[in-house]
Amino acid sequence: MAKVPVQFTLNGAEKAEFIDSGTTLLHALRDKIGDTSPKGGCHQGTCGGCSVIIDGELRLSCLTLAETCNGAAITTASGLSEGGVLHPLQRAFLDAFATQCGFCTPGMIMAATVLLDHTPNPSRDEVVEALSGNICRCTGYEPIIQAVLTAARSNSQNAA
Amino acid sequence: MAIRRGRGVAAINYPTGMNLGGDPTQALVHSTPTGNFMVTLSSVDLGQGMKQIMAQICAETIGVPTDRVVVDTADTDTGPHCMGTFASRGTHRAGNAVIQAAREARQVMLEVAAEELEVNASDLETDGQGNILVKGAPQKSISIFDVALSAHFKRGRSISGRGMFLIPRSYPEKETGAMKPSTCYAHACTVAEVEVDDETGEVTVLTVKNVFEIGRALNPKMVEQQLVGGSWMGVSHALYETTEPYYPNRDHGGTDFNQYLMPGPGDLAQTEIIVLERPSADGPYGAKGPGEMCANPQIPAVANAVFDAVGVRIDTLPITPERILRALKAQASN
Repeated sequence: MAKVPVQFTLNGAEKAEFIDSGTTLLHALRDKIGDTSPKGGCHQGTCGGCSVIIDGELRLSCLTLAETCNGAAITTASGLSEGGVLHPLQRAFLDAFATQCGFCTPGMIMAATVLLDHTPNPSRDEVVEALSGNICRCTGYEPIIQAVLTAARSNSQNAA
Repeated sequence: MAIRRGRGVAAINYPTGMNLGGDPTQALVHSTPTGNFMVTLSSVDLGQGMKQIMAQICAETIGVPTDRVVVDTADTDTGPHCMGTFASRGTHRAGNAVIQAAREARQVMLEVAAEELEVNASDLETDGQGNILVKGAPQKSISIFDVALSAHFKRGRSISGRGMFLIPRSYPEKETGAMKPSTCYAHACTVAEVEVDDETGEVTVLTVKNVFEIGRALNPKMVEQQLVGGSWMGVSHALYETTEPYYPNRDHGGTDFNQYLMPGPGDLAQTEIIVLERPSADGPYGAKGPGEMCANPQIPAVANAVFDAVGVRIDTLPITPERILRALKAQASN
């Protein structure tokens, strides 16, 4: 079968690949481009581990065909830190011990990033709602919820 | 028909390790030419933080900062022997092996330092910051960096150590059946408060209050992290998780994790954790194994709370609405 060209920006950098038609964005990112921060947990859109941000919206990369992303701006967890400085959410996850095995962490941070982009000062319920599509086996969620709330507070302090 | 509230309590003793053919773990420690220390293990870090704890234990024993220690668990084919990371045995078994290996390496390190400083090795101490000092005369000192360089390039010494920690197999006494199948018990107690809807059988967990006695918490934040997650997992085991939710026909059973029910971030009970530290006699720096037991006491506590709420004993997990309703029906017909 003929390959299909796709072109998008990944964490600000231009990417162009020839892929098989029907390739998921998750597969293209991990196995073609080499960004392994999105995790393939269920490959059916229920675990949230593959979450990425496409043009500002939270998307499940395992359910997104790569060829639909032509011209899109894609952000993954590996694109959050700048110049070796961790993103406030990454810092908050570290400080709150909000990760154990780490498999869900990139997806959690993606979901939280979109939440804070739209809702800089979320309530606890809004955080829970935003994370409700992401499964974690280790933490019991509470440290993750606290990390997101902490990052939101430090963001608003920096803005003030 | 009403929402009924109940409270249940449960306490557990939890053993560390197991008693199959003996329970060994081996560790090797060596210094690099620049005085960093490698801990080689086959014990696997599952995400619980084993590497961090082993680095702390090695650093404490040798007398260097934790960031001078690298833990390598790369390959169970070529590494030292470990029975595995299970049965809450990692910190206890591997930790003891690391202490033994690190002590031997420390002794060689002090002997090399003694030759460099022209003193007796027994007169030396470490400052925990990467230096070796003469006791009572700290102005006379040498960095571990320089000691390692000397060992490698001048004196031909290997700053290294071997550790093997074995709990031998315990056989039952023929007359009494008495045996010691495990060592080093951790303890926990949980009080759970629930609401049970006696019309739908639904259980809502309101609060889970846990006390864990875990020996010494070698890394308190990581202990807390594991206990918080474990408490949630215990509630999840009690009420939700099963591979066979669709009784009675197994053909309609779940096929993957999409059909495996676990509570999400919106289903959290208010959770409290209290840690009691009672250092164990045979644990590394007093540690026990809090791993698996952190998810245990919530299960009987929730079952007891359901009994307190609606008066039925559910003895099959998970405690599903269906099981509660069947039990209530049986109770009413008696």
